[in-house]
Amino acid sequence: MADPLAETAQRTRETAETSRKAVETPRKAAETARKAMETPGAAHWHQRAARRGGRGTRTLRVRTSAVLVAAIVLAVVAVPLLFPLDGQAVDLAAKLRAPSPAHPFGTDEVGRDLLLRCVYGLRVSLLVGVVAALAATVIGTAVGALAGALGGWADRGVMRVVDLFSSVPHLLLGIFIVAMFRPGVWPVIISVALTHWLSTARIVRAEVLSLRSRPYIDAAVSGGASRWRVTVRHLLPGVLPQAGLAAVLMVPHAIWHESALSFLGLGLPAHEASLGNMVNSARSSLLAGDWWPTLFPGLFIIVPTLAIAGLAGVWRERINPRRRSELML
Amino acid sequence: MLELRSITAGYDRDHPVVRDVSLRIAPGEAVGLLGPSGCGKSTLARVAALLHRPDAGTVILDGEPATGYRHRASRAQRTAYGVVFQQPRLSADPRLRLADLITEPLRATGRRAEAPARLAELAPTVGLSADLLTRRPHEVSDGQLQRACLARALILRPRWLICDEMTAMLDASTTAALVTAVEDYRRESGAGLLAVGHDRVLLERWCGRTVGWAEMAS
Repeated sequence: MADPLAETAQRTRETAETSRKAVETPRKAAETARKAMETPGAAHWHQRAARRGGRGTRTLRVRTSAVLVAAIVLAVVAVPLLFPLDGQAVDLAAKLRAPSPAHPFGTDEVGRDLLLRCVYGLRVSLLVGVVAALAATVIGTAVGALAGALGGWADRGVMRVVDLFSSVPHLLLGIFIVAMFRPGVWPVIISVALTHWLSTARIVRAEVLSLRSRPYIDAAVSGGASRWRVTVRHLLPGVLPQAGLAAVLMVPHAIWHESALSFLGLGLPAHEASLGNMVNSARSSLLAGDWWPTLFPGLFIIVPTLAIAGLAGVWRERINPRRRSELML
Repeated sequence: MLELRSITAGYDRDHPVVRDVSLRIAPGEAVGLLGPSGCGKSTLARVAALLHRPDAGTVILDGEPATGYRHRASRAQRTAYGVVFQQPRLSADPRLRLADLITEPLRATGRRAEAPARLAELAPTVGLSADLLTRRPHEVSDGQLQRACLARALILRPRWLICDEMTAMLDASTTAALVTAVEDYRRESGAGLLAVGHDRVLLERWCGRTVGWAEMAS
């Protein structure tokens, strides 16, 4: 009997087999490369990397991230001091110039220098990212600590509200919030902060719940401490490392959101140097073959976020060595 | 009088650890509670100290039924107890210096002003030197930390002491020092004691009356 189900199952099995082989080939290549690296000189370094639970490229990744983050901070602080941006300086004679020594990143469709605008855009993005991440962390920590410390029906109620927020796609919710205000930096910050406290609330609540059953909390209760005092003095300090890590990991995410909102035309006003705005306005010229107005702002979004996430990964491994660092984007 | 009346308690309503247990401790009396590990004696100790709500039964403290458990118990009732737990590492807030750890109950009850005097008075009785008081829990040994935990339990001058396997993790000399400190305090204050443990020799020497877990359940 030619059972269509059996046939489908057979085909699925075949596909799985093929994909397994496809996965195995690079794995074998990696194995060979690793063996080649195990020369006596590399052995020590390699062992150390293995012992710390990371791949050999880990130290390199961390160093690169650290250098990049330092360079970014220096750039956004120093460049505006050295080269004040004449924001509206339009030079139509020099529009859409390809990268050259005079304009390393080229110029945009109204002749503004892209390198300078990228740095200014990154400045705005970092400001939005850091402030929004901090605000989201404060909200998330407060909600999570409240739920965890009170327990019972208060906990269940608060966590259902968190679930409710989580059930709406957060970019959609963010767009909804931004749309209620006039375009500007603050609406974007509010929008990102109000949509990103959920995961922090969950992390903090779980941590508070685990701390709450420790005998030192019993000792504090027996010593006459009020609920408030137990929460503020004994529970919150214990979750601050986790909350801080969540805040740092959220900075790149917040930057991406700022760019996404600006790209959709809902974020910062169009004349402001924002990475999202720049990518958005470069779309038309991309079709004409001018790649630089899209590529460079795009890189300015991706590289700093990866660098920050890379550094935060080290912190996470310190706090929780069993969990390997990963991007939380 | 500390009275536990037919206490049934546990962490899962369908499978209580403690079933219908009653115990009376007269003021100034020392009662040792003996039992194998896992039998529920620590749970009973937490119920007695108003730190765990029993599924059934009542705790009567000096003639008055407990108003509640944990934060629902009135502050006066909660602080009538000094509690020392088995593992000093887990019962000390890792961020506090020993001096702050010991005086925390005074701060929590709004009597901060008394802290330096009480600390200076208590530290020698539990054998803590001034240099140890400035350290944090990870910088001292288990024995030293347990001395600090005992000082914390005594600082509000409780009428009842609950020592839950207080000396199980400690060497003989520290055990002797801590038991002596507890007995000195009881002689001076007239406080009652519930000492939970599995060391029959120690409990029989320490307490006026020793109750086995098996005989209590019946």
